[in-house]
Amino acid sequence: MTGASLTPASPSPDLNSRPGPVVALRQVAVAFDGPSVFENVSFAVAPGETRVLLGPAGVGKSVLLKLILGLIRPIEGSVELFGQDISHMPEEELFPLRARAGMVFQEGALFDSLSVRDNVAYQLIQELAPDAEIDDRVREALRFVGLEEAFALFPASLSGGMRRRVAIARALIHQPELILYDSPTGGLDPVTSDTIIELIVKQRDVRATPALLVTHRLQDAFTLCTHRFDSEQNRMVPLPEGQTNRSTTFLMLDEGRLIFDGSLHDLLHSDNPFVREFLE
Amino acid sequence: MAVQTIERTAKNIVLTVQDYSLFAWRALVNLFRPPVYWTDLLIQSDIIGVGSLPIVVLSGFFTGGVLSLQSAATLSAFGATAVTGQFVSLTMIRELGAVLTGIMVSGRNASSMASELGSMVVTEQVDAMRALGVDPMRKLVTPRVYATIAMLLLLTIVADAFGIMGGAAVTVFLNHQNGTQYFHMAYEHLRFPDIMQGLVRPLFFGYIIASIGCFYGMRTTGGTEGVGRSTIRAVVNASVLIIFVDFLITHILLSVLP
Repeated sequence: MTGASLTPASPSPDLNSRPGPVVALRQVAVAFDGPSVFENVSFAVAPGETRVLLGPAGVGKSVLLKLILGLIRPIEGSVELFGQDISHMPEEELFPLRARAGMVFQEGALFDSLSVRDNVAYQLIQELAPDAEIDDRVREALRFVGLEEAFALFPASLSGGMRRRVAIARALIHQPELILYDSPTGGLDPVTSDTIIELIVKQRDVRATPALLVTHRLQDAFTLCTHRFDSEQNRMVPLPEGQTNRSTTFLMLDEGRLIFDGSLHDLLHSDNPFVREFLE
Repeated sequence: MAVQTIERTAKNIVLTVQDYSLFAWRALVNLFRPPVYWTDLLIQSDIIGVGSLPIVVLSGFFTGGVLSLQSAATLSAFGATAVTGQFVSLTMIRELGAVLTGIMVSGRNASSMASELGSMVVTEQVDAMRALGVDPMRKLVTPRVYATIAMLLLLTIVADAFGIMGGAAVTVFLNHQNGTQYFHMAYEHLRFPDIMQGLVRPLFFGYIIASIGCFYGMRTTGGTEGVGRSTIRAVVNASVLIIFVDFLITHILLSVLP
């Protein structure tokens, strides 16, 4: 992998010609009753871009995702979501903004007292959408993640991988303008992990939804970069040798700081000792 | 070191009281601004009201019975067993019905609210709800608060009625006294202020039970062990606060409605 000549796959979105970022963090710091979890963190997610946030466990990757949706507030710096500064925005004003994004939590965070149908349709039910429309859209979302048969089941009867896929369906049903994935493959077997990554690639390539994906599994990150979704074959296929997906870029957190921000090529050729150690 | 510990504890207590006050106020005023989740309010009313009915009926009935037994024993020394009905009905309606129901419902529902919401917090379901653009205060807390207030009022009336019936059962079947006389005395000496005193309390108790149960549930940290801690705190604090507020209400109402 390291020795490969990496050029962007074609076609790819031209990130420079797009409007302002979907998410922008500037000099952000977060702390909980003690020393900072991280500080001076700045990066942006452009429209159509998929950013992969790497880093060891416990470094604050999930905190960063929650920060982007205003579920946690920074003690310093600013967080912009859809062009609006949410750092000090009242909770009431945040709800409509959050509804425009989708988040897949680490363990799925499905509502265990509700069926899969009601979990996936949660937002639609709150908006008092007609039952027939809800059923149609839930089936479509479940079909997208390959779980149509789980429509009437409850979360307790689902496996770990199925829960994540239902969580992805719940995040996607509203056709979000941004998706945040919090370790979507954590604790899953390799086959199920591949299924989840395929769904993420499918969402990226079919709907071009900007995304931020947290993971500590390098294999998943590289798969995202080196594969594309083939709509005709309805499956993920590898890009030609040496090509990578240009819209997928990397961030790395370590010891409370953002130590890397760049493409797969930059990551593989980074001089940072921690990045090198992480890759090896 | 000891001074620092005391200072930290004092600050924590003040902060908790401040957080609780803001939380309880928001839970209350949310009903007057959309969205209001009426379906959740009905579901919670069913869980809290209908679900608590058996324990309220049983505890009310047997408390009335005990009151009748104890009062008859004391009153017989003065040849006044005829006023047993008055004693039981006044005690149940003015005081015991509301307090007893409050404590029973607190044990059942403050604990269930704290554990249910606490589990949702530690499994990130509350965060997921927020991420989906739904306010957990409006969706989870406000319906529980209003459902508890409304249901506790009705449950208190049920407890009063079954307490008087329990007293009647003991009076007739164990003390072998006249049932008509019992009910006549129970009804004849009741005044409007007595009923008012009994029906004002559950409004406050219901608010205390739900707001404390939800407050500790929503503040849960530390996994399943934290859920257990929240549940204990909710029940203990709600029960103690019910007794304390009962004292205050009694003091105020006795001066307003003598």
